[in-house]
Amino acid sequence: MAAKAPPAKRRAKSAAEQPAMGRDALLQAYRDMLLIRRFEEKAGQLYGMGLIGGFCHLYIGQEAVVVGMQAALKPGDQVITSYRDHGHMLATGMEARGVMAELTGRIGGYSRGKGGSMHMFSREKGFYGGHGIVGAQVSLGAGLAFANMYRGNDHVAVAYFGEGASNQGQVYESLNLAALFKLPCIFVIENNKYGMGTSVDRASASRDLSQNGSPWGIPGEQVDGMNVVTVHEAAQRAVAHCRAGLGPYLLEMKTYRYRGHSMSDPAKYRTREEVQKMREQHDCLETARAMLLGQGVTEAELKKLDDEVKVIVQDSADFAQESPEPPESELWTDVLLPSPGSDGAFGQGVK
Amino acid sequence: MGVEILMPALSPTMTEGKLAKWLKKEGDAVKAGDVIAEIETDKATMEVEAVDEGTLTRILVPEGTENVAVNAPIAELDGGGAPKAAPAPVAAPAPVAAAPATIPAAPRAVSAEKDWGPTKTMTVREALRDAMAAEMRRDADVFLIGEEVAQYQGAYKISQGLLDEFGPKRVMDMPITEHGFTGMAVGAAFTGLKPIVEFMTFNFSMQAIDQIINSAAKTLYMSGGQLGCPIVFRGANGAASRVAAQHSQCYASWYAHCPGLKVVAPWSAADAKGLLRAAIRDPNPVIFLENEILYGHSFECPTDEDFILPIGKAKVEREGTDVTILAFSIMVGMAMQAAEKLAEQGISAEVINLRSLRPLDIDTIVASVKKTNRVVTLEEGWPFAGIGAELAMQIIEHCFDDLDAPPVRVHGLDIPMPYAANLEKLALPRLEQVVDAARSVTYR
Repeated sequence: MAAKAPPAKRRAKSAAEQPAMGRDALLQAYRDMLLIRRFEEKAGQLYGMGLIGGFCHLYIGQEAVVVGMQAALKPGDQVITSYRDHGHMLATGMEARGVMAELTGRIGGYSRGKGGSMHMFSREKGFYGGHGIVGAQVSLGAGLAFANMYRGNDHVAVAYFGEGASNQGQVYESLNLAALFKLPCIFVIENNKYGMGTSVDRASASRDLSQNGSPWGIPGEQVDGMNVVTVHEAAQRAVAHCRAGLGPYLLEMKTYRYRGHSMSDPAKYRTREEVQKMREQHDCLETARAMLLGQGVTEAELKKLDDEVKVIVQDSADFAQESPEPPESELWTDVLLPSPGSDGAFGQGVK
Repeated sequence: MGVEILMPALSPTMTEGKLAKWLKKEGDAVKAGDVIAEIETDKATMEVEAVDEGTLTRILVPEGTENVAVNAPIAELDGGGAPKAAPAPVAAPAPVAAAPATIPAAPRAVSAEKDWGPTKTMTVREALRDAMAAEMRRDADVFLIGEEVAQYQGAYKISQGLLDEFGPKRVMDMPITEHGFTGMAVGAAFTGLKPIVEFMTFNFSMQAIDQIINSAAKTLYMSGGQLGCPIVFRGANGAASRVAAQHSQCYASWYAHCPGLKVVAPWSAADAKGLLRAAIRDPNPVIFLENEILYGHSFECPTDEDFILPIGKAKVEREGTDVTILAFSIMVGMAMQAAEKLAEQGISAEVINLRSLRPLDIDTIVASVKKTNRVVTLEEGWPFAGIGAELAMQIIEHCFDDLDAPPVRVHGLDIPMPYAANLEKLALPRLEQVVDAARSVTYR
């Protein structure tokens, strides 16, 4: 299948016409995307060295989506996603050290080594996981939005999922619930064209996923997910809609992953040329870089960011190898929280 | 010759009801399909339609009469109808309740449980509602969602009156979408809210079981202790009556298998009230297995406003010395009946109401087995990998040397539940099986 450029976004103007991101914001976005890119490259290396086990799904190629979205959120807003989650965590401000140490299964990881690549959380940063079951995070995300409604605050929840997950029944159940109760939930379909090895054309009869919420009256947009500025513009519209109490919003991000579905995926279902074309013509970092240079940012400034990011990533990799494995006592902690009034005398199940 | 109109059974578990209102009076002509009366069942107010044509000659039960037994004549119809008695809308005879309507008054308060003082008689249904209302008054983060819980007042009337007291924000009707609303509730619980999710019956929880186990039960562990999930999943579990295989099964073993969950199965009104309050306050996900047949049963329940029971503690419902019978939910009633029968035969049975399956109160079980040296387990569910199997194994692990006989399981048959009344009866544990099992382990 020949690679197609992501279709033009439906509503957004081009970055040149509408500077939704000023110079500083774009520079920050560039830096955040770069951090994710370099972090994921390092994670891939550590995986190859046998330091990371199990499933490891890299976000390389899709960085503009989460960085553009996050820039439209404020503290207290919530984010939830699937198992391709390292980028989302870094975007919410979680420490690279804690994420990388979780990948290596160490006590210094966000989940004390008990969650791994697919299961990390930070209540402080509003990041609710990190979920390994395709589509489950969408209902959970509706619940985060439900909590905002229940508490009567103006926070929004962002539920990310892939175009593969978009076919799950509970996704449609969640769209209905969100529309029915006017939940402040932004559903973000990260359409990277392949659910593992199955292209979207072979998995979904819907040709325009942005309209998957239309039966319930949920406004939807297709967005060039390879351009952080267009992502950010769409994010601002969606956030404004939700904060105004108008109910959920759906964004289909046309994006692309450069690596396989997971580390063990040889990606034989697409051509090398297709990947190469996306990298050369639509890479989010190159696009942002060109815009920044056009706005007068110097190569030296960009190089400085590059160096900063490299230091953070190297530090996280060092930390992830130095941090010890969790002690055996961690086996039995965090299964249940202590109950009020419990004297600990009750049976605790089978040990 | 006149036709008798009989009190109809309007639900699978109805045994009696209130004749709320007559819509026809004596002397009125009645056509088939006319609504002639309104009847209040344990769940709802229903209209009774005539099945025969004729003139209503006599009203036998005046309106406002309570506790009219199913199949009792309520009126007479004179006319062209066939000369045989015809029950009003439902042809099936009233089901015989699978459990006794009267609970043996045998020694009750024998355990070392805290004395909560004065009691009053209430149904399990009322106890569950009171528990939810009390906790909702106490904590604004507690809310109830489910199908028909609000405007309909609960498919089984458990949530009756809660919408009026707490309003539509805290008592919310859900569309029939268990997977979606369960996930939504779990997500809300991750933020610290305390949802009560009512499954109309636990059979429908299978639509949502991924969210219950993979999301609610495991996230605390997977997050290294960051993200708890204070949520209660409650609803009717086990066999009801004549609703066949998809609507009659026990989920105790399914959920009790999973670390990260607590699993509670009350029997009495006091169990229901005290344990549901504890479940709502618990910071962990709790599976709360109710029983439809028990909803209408009455028990004594403490009136103390602070009454609450600890999750994880069994109750010795009846003390005995010869054999221990372990049961939960509706089977505790059968165990109590069996103990009565056994007493007549000179066998002293101790009945333990497990109340909580996970965590299991193994200490109370072991103490009893050390005294009686013989065990019978009793459950409605299937035997393979069932609660009885787990109980037997834990007893072997903890006090094998105290056993004078191999433990015996009494359980539902290892088949999907049949619909036919005779087969259904055979598929569920029977009193004589419990008595026989106790006799066999005592070698009598």
